[in-house]
Amino acid sequence: MSSNAPVKQGKGTIFVRTEICKGCSFCIDFCPTHCIEFSREFNAKGYHFPVLPRPEDCTGCDLCGLYCPDFAIYGIKFKDIEKRRQAAAPEPLVPAQP
Amino acid sequence: MSGLPSLNANLEQEFGLINPVMPYLRQDRIPHIWCPGCGIGTTVNCFARALTDSGMDLDKVAIVSGIGCTGRVAGYMNLDSFHTTHGRAIPFATGLKLANPGMKVVVYSGDGDLTAIGGNHFVHAARRNMDLMIVCVNNFTYGMTGGQVAPTTPIGPTQTTMPYGNFENPFNLPFLADACGAVYVARWTVYHVKQLAKAMLDGLNKKGFVFIEAMSPCPTLYSRRNRLGDGVDQLKYYKEKSVIRNGADTKEVGIAYQGEIVVGKFVDRERPTWLDSMNSHFGSVFGDRFTPYGVTDGQE
Repeated sequence: MSSNAPVKQGKGTIFVRTEICKGCSFCIDFCPTHCIEFSREFNAKGYHFPVLPRPEDCTGCDLCGLYCPDFAIYGIKFKDIEKRRQAAAPEPLVPAQP
Repeated sequence: MSGLPSLNANLEQEFGLINPVMPYLRQDRIPHIWCPGCGIGTTVNCFARALTDSGMDLDKVAIVSGIGCTGRVAGYMNLDSFHTTHGRAIPFATGLKLANPGMKVVVYSGDGDLTAIGGNHFVHAARRNMDLMIVCVNNFTYGMTGGQVAPTTPIGPTQTTMPYGNFENPFNLPFLADACGAVYVARWTVYHVKQLAKAMLDGLNKKGFVFIEAMSPCPTLYSRRNRLGDGVDQLKYYKEKSVIRNGADTKEVGIAYQGEIVVGKFVDRERPTWLDSMNSHFGSVFGDRFTPYGVTDGQE
């Protein structure tokens, strides 16, 4: 994993395409674990986009992805990422230290 | 991903992750034109989820829309799609279905397009039990043309053409579809995403006239004019005031202004479709001289 990847906390994470977000707050209000919030920054259109201030609470259930009317956000479980990584490269990315 | 930046972009690139709805969209047309807080995009998510779950061959699915905000769905979905003239989505879909009997044809349109301008087509397609899946996104108003009174506008709210409040009795769409003979009638709101996706999956697997009503907020023209807040406030209203009543009598599921919304699967029954009736009727009249049409299920 590259060095500036987010610290792996919780069971999953979200991905946000900030530039197509319109700030409707569906993902924020209906997140089952309330782990998403508005950012302080704006995107180019002037909307606050969602960020994940409490990554340890995120379960990667993808309910935010199902709600998002702008197709800007989705969630994924770390175990699904791991499955995908193993399908691409069966050996572990970082070899186990002796 | 068309070069748009994303949070965690490096992680996304590293593992080739993509939003599960993206393969179903024409990505060059994103971002779409729907207002912030509009629920149509959410129904598209549910439809994409239903398509994924059904495992259908996407070459065998076509989507037809009429005019209106919801009519733009046909332009954004990366399926065989057609954007018809106003109200004529169902006649076009009927022709498409009868020419390609193996194809699943989905009509995705708004309440004004399907039940006002195309109301007669809706009634007769349901009467014939044409093998179509109808997704009607009901936002109580004509969104694209400026907020005029639609046949589904409840009594009370102010609209462009009813500045002192609407007094016309609205349609109860599940009752209309049920009375005309639809084999599957369900109503969900944009708040009930999982149930809506499940209903769409049922509809894709069901043979006959399937009618799914998806209640969606119109933040710009309905909510703002009536001081009901934003799109998310309408979703909270759906959350508070909706009552799940599967198998409810469709006579009793009408909607009052900001009143209770009965949601659920109301009707699920079996009736011969138009093609089945034609084949059995001509088979009984002509005997061996008649070759049944469309029973090879799209192999031709």
